[in-house]
Amino acid sequence: MILQLFFIVIAAVTLISAIFVVTAKRLMHAALWLVLALFGVAVLFAFLEASFYAVVQVLVYIGAIAILIIFAVMLTRRMMDEKGAQLNKGWWVAAVAAAALFAGLLAALGAWAGFQEGPGAAPDTAVLTQFGIDLVDPSKVAIPFEVASILLLAALVGAIYIAADKKGGKG
Amino acid sequence: MPNFWSDPFGFIIQGFNNLLLSWGWPASTVQVVGDALGAFVLVAGSLFFCLLLIWAERKIGGRVQDRLGPNRVGPFGLFQAVADMLKIFTKEFVTPTGVDKVVYNLAPILSVAAVIMLWAVIPFTITFYGNDLNVGVLYLVAVGGLAEMGIVMAGWGSNNKFALLGAFRAVAQLVSYEVPMVISLLLPVMLSGSMKLNEIVRSQDVWFILSAPIAAIIFFISSIAENGRAPFDLMEAESEIVAGFNIEYSGLKFGFFFVGDFLHAFTIALLFSVLFLGGWRGPGADQIPLLGFVYLMLKTTIMYFVGLLVRFSLPRFRIDQMMNINWKMLTPLALGAVIATALIDKGVSRFLVTLTPVLYAIVRTAILLLANALVLWTGMDLMGNVLERRERRVVAIEPRPVARPEPLPVEPEQSEGEVP
Amino acid sequence: MLSDWLYIGIFMLLSLFLPAAAIVIAGILGPKKPSPIKNSTYECGIETVGETWVQFKAQYYVYALVFLVFDVETIFLYPWALAYNQLTFYMVAEAVLFILILLTGLIYAIRKGALEWQ
Repeated sequence: MILQLFFIVIAAVTLISAIFVVTAKRLMHAALWLVLALFGVAVLFAFLEASFYAVVQVLVYIGAIAILIIFAVMLTRRMMDEKGAQLNKGWWVAAVAAAALFAGLLAALGAWAGFQEGPGAAPDTAVLTQFGIDLVDPSKVAIPFEVASILLLAALVGAIYIAADKKGGKG
Repeated sequence: MPNFWSDPFGFIIQGFNNLLLSWGWPASTVQVVGDALGAFVLVAGSLFFCLLLIWAERKIGGRVQDRLGPNRVGPFGLFQAVADMLKIFTKEFVTPTGVDKVVYNLAPILSVAAVIMLWAVIPFTITFYGNDLNVGVLYLVAVGGLAEMGIVMAGWGSNNKFALLGAFRAVAQLVSYEVPMVISLLLPVMLSGSMKLNEIVRSQDVWFILSAPIAAIIFFISSIAENGRAPFDLMEAESEIVAGFNIEYSGLKFGFFFVGDFLHAFTIALLFSVLFLGGWRGPGADQIPLLGFVYLMLKTTIMYFVGLLVRFSLPRFRIDQMMNINWKMLTPLALGAVIATALIDKGVSRFLVTLTPVLYAIVRTAILLLANALVLWTGMDLMGNVLERRERRVVAIEPRPVARPEPLPVEPEQSEGEVP
Repeated sequence: MLSDWLYIGIFMLLSLFLPAAAIVIAGILGPKKPSPIKNSTYECGIETVGETWVQFKAQYYVYALVFLVFDVETIFLYPWALAYNQLTFYMVAEAVLFILILLTGLIYAIRKGALEWQ
């Protein structure tokens, strides 16, 4: 009962912050609401007893991606007086598409049998250790593990190439 | 029921729980109330402990700089920090126009909160700790991310381009130095097989500073850089970018940035002792938890002193030197240490399983120490090529034109007959 | 384990609440005499000229991006480090390959000069 209440509060906070992300007038405010929304997701992970994912959510999303977004927002526009119109002309199309997507997801998840089962009973550390073993086990997910590293390498090289290009071109 | 003399914290906690249970409260409520009270004690305790830290820092800093430090207010100047606190509580909050009220006010609170939250997972004795979160090590790094958000909010909320510029540079520094810190924290996790801090302490039969010295050094250096203290204190360089991101804060809000700074310095020493120096381990700490607390405080004080010495002896790094050190030296070194430790430890563990546990620990530590020395040696060799020093002209020995009174070219004299 | 997180939640609320309470107390205790000069933006004593905006430096973004890549890499490595004691040498070598690939990326970045502070 208390857990239910907690969950409702946290879910509400996350959803309301997400709504404010798209309707905030100043871009910086939108970025900060995004941080709150991401934090709400981290709390939801903690609720599911997935401690590793909760901490990784804060570490990577808030500590890196939110900072990246804030940098991008702050450094590319004249931030201090950003008061443009928030909704462009086609906003009702986006609203209809979002509602359709939501309805589709509801329908797909409603038929999922996983809602009737409870969460897994294994404590988190054993699951995490098993995941660690699986990551390098050749019969499990070792190949995606290595491919992930190549993907990260590609992202790194691509970003540096683009940034260096801009710097070399424009000084 | 633990004995009071050997385990005062456990005794008090147990006694309090029993008292509440005897009043008929349900067990879950008792636990929540106990948790809240314990958290309150830790939070308030750390904030008030900061007063002692400020005094210690000013006194030791004074001695290092060959002066006395505060010695008027109270014996040895102990109440100086209290006097400063009272003064700063009564200062006016000068809020500049045009600031975003919520963001501006939330920033110092978030900065301090991020540091205090580190204390939630530290094991003080074998029984007394906040809670043994099973991803404790990653939690430490994640909370640092919240501190970065605090700085961004401070810089942006001040409606001041110098503050914003200062905040950008500060965040760039913090973000860069998180990389070697996160990588070097892999090594205690590897060597102990768990991310829980109490488990890491428990598995330090041999201190991890001996098994993974490179990781220890890198963690220490990057923690000092994360904290923003000298020699990495470009964030607060008062003479350079007009005091950085906290220009527009006055009174207690500024005080809280300060408090966060000092508390973080002590927390770094605490974390280093827990992760690499064996925490509360020592002779007799298993039976008498209070001894464990004493050992931990001893190690922390020594590391805090080392941090203070570093702060007061080294000049400030320039931002490009800082970035060079981080990306060209610390990160490759950390990655190299992880690779070397992983390979060599796995390689030799097959041959060492026949030894007795004590001999196994000693031999393994010796081999890892050798491996680390090898990595350091080759690393320094390789990085010497990368961190090339630009040759600078030594101007003093070049011949320079000397200012010499030379006879000026004489103008033709006016004829005597002209009237001046 | 939920109780662990409950503790962390309480801790977080308290560590946000206590400094906030202190600031509120200080706000009550301190004088309040705002004046236009005191409240103007600080700029070494001169008046602010022009609008407040900051020069774009691509360097900040590159640092954050490289940090992101290495952060994600380390996130992959933490479960592996957790299971380290139970792995075989071959599995450890695979993870070392993972690290080496990203070390190559770092060396590329250093050689390309992308991590210099301009």
